[in-house]
Amino acid sequence: MKQFLLDGQPVPFEDGQSILEAARQAGHYIPSLCWHKDFPAHGSCKLCIVKAAGRHVSACATPAKEGWEVESATPEMNGERRALLQMLFVEGNHFCPSCEKSGNCELQALGYEYEMLTSRFRHFYPDRPVDASHPDVLLDFNRCIFCELCVRASRDVDGKAVFALTGRGINKHLVVNAESGRLGDTDFSKDDLAARICPVGVILRKGPGFAVPIGERTYDGQSIREQKLKEEES
Amino acid sequence: MSPAPGSPPARKLRVPTTSLAGCFGCHMSFLDIDEHLFELVELIEFDRSPLTDIKEVGPCDIGLIEGGVCNAENVHVLRAFRRQCKTLIALGACAVNGGLPAQRNHLSLSECLREVYQFRPGIENGQIPNDPELPLPLDKVRPIHEVVRIDYFLPGCPPSGPAIWKFLTDLIAGRTPRLSDGLLHYD
Repeated sequence: MKQFLLDGQPVPFEDGQSILEAARQAGHYIPSLCWHKDFPAHGSCKLCIVKAAGRHVSACATPAKEGWEVESATPEMNGERRALLQMLFVEGNHFCPSCEKSGNCELQALGYEYEMLTSRFRHFYPDRPVDASHPDVLLDFNRCIFCELCVRASRDVDGKAVFALTGRGINKHLVVNAESGRLGDTDFSKDDLAARICPVGVILRKGPGFAVPIGERTYDGQSIREQKLKEEES
Repeated sequence: MSPAPGSPPARKLRVPTTSLAGCFGCHMSFLDIDEHLFELVELIEFDRSPLTDIKEVGPCDIGLIEGGVCNAENVHVLRAFRRQCKTLIALGACAVNGGLPAQRNHLSLSECLREVYQFRPGIENGQIPNDPELPLPLDKVRPIHEVVRIDYFLPGCPPSGPAIWKFLTDLIAGRTPRLSDGLLHYD
């Protein structure tokens, strides 16, 4: 079987597999936010950045190649990941203590994994009003990281195309596909895949709130590395 | 940690603490190190702090700042701490990223003040306080690293007692502080 080297460890792969998929399958963790095994690679969050054959590439969107030497868990790559996380944190309004997703949030868990102690840059504090118009689901755009997982899930699986990204660069934002722009005026349902796929705290079920207390949540007792590799095994 | 026999007693480190735009929760969590406080007072002595009631910060070793910066007095105190402290630490979520007070940042300051002092139900003829002794609020609440240089950050709302103890003992022993073993939390 063909293989490449990930931080010096041989990783087998099949033709067409991405570096990230092959690595996860072989029990090696490469971080990600916008990648999901059921969807084509998106390559937007760049957390899976690795150095392959001397070049920076997104591991989710780069097919593995025989004999490549790939660097991932190096101080250089992890430092770049930390900087990416810091930029994501200052771009939105990420106030973990008052967020219902805290403890189950992948952005936060990656902050822990890469020991991000400060967001370092100047905070934007953007103005992004919440949308509470839907009876079962709350949208808090303050935490959106533009991974498009909800966009893809709603369009490709739920067949509804409820969400889209609009604007460019710093003006990019998530919008709801209704004339009013409100979630309550769409056919969105709490049972949609799009309602469960948000890695951060934008799309929240109304009701559960803090039913599972802080301290007993997914990433309170284990790292995102452990959790993701466990998911890969099951 | 006790000095070797015959050597002069080590000077205690001077530690000032303050709460700017914070809720004193981080100070309460500091007290949650419980019996470690007895070990700590062998190593440090407090300068300006809510625990001593000293009003002005003097030359110090390790300054602990809770809370972000929401008014002119916060800026004044923070700059005084930076001038006087060899090492300055952002203690807790609000000092690190503005925290709960910064959630007013998407509103205009005058709207906030009017909402609280004029339009709140039950208020008649309400006026926005304008006593010259009151520090002027800033238009945005800022984390402290956007105002002065900060040496170390200890996130958490509040950081747990064990996290604060690990951090301080690392620092006092001359190690780079590291929040390992699940001590790092943002909530």
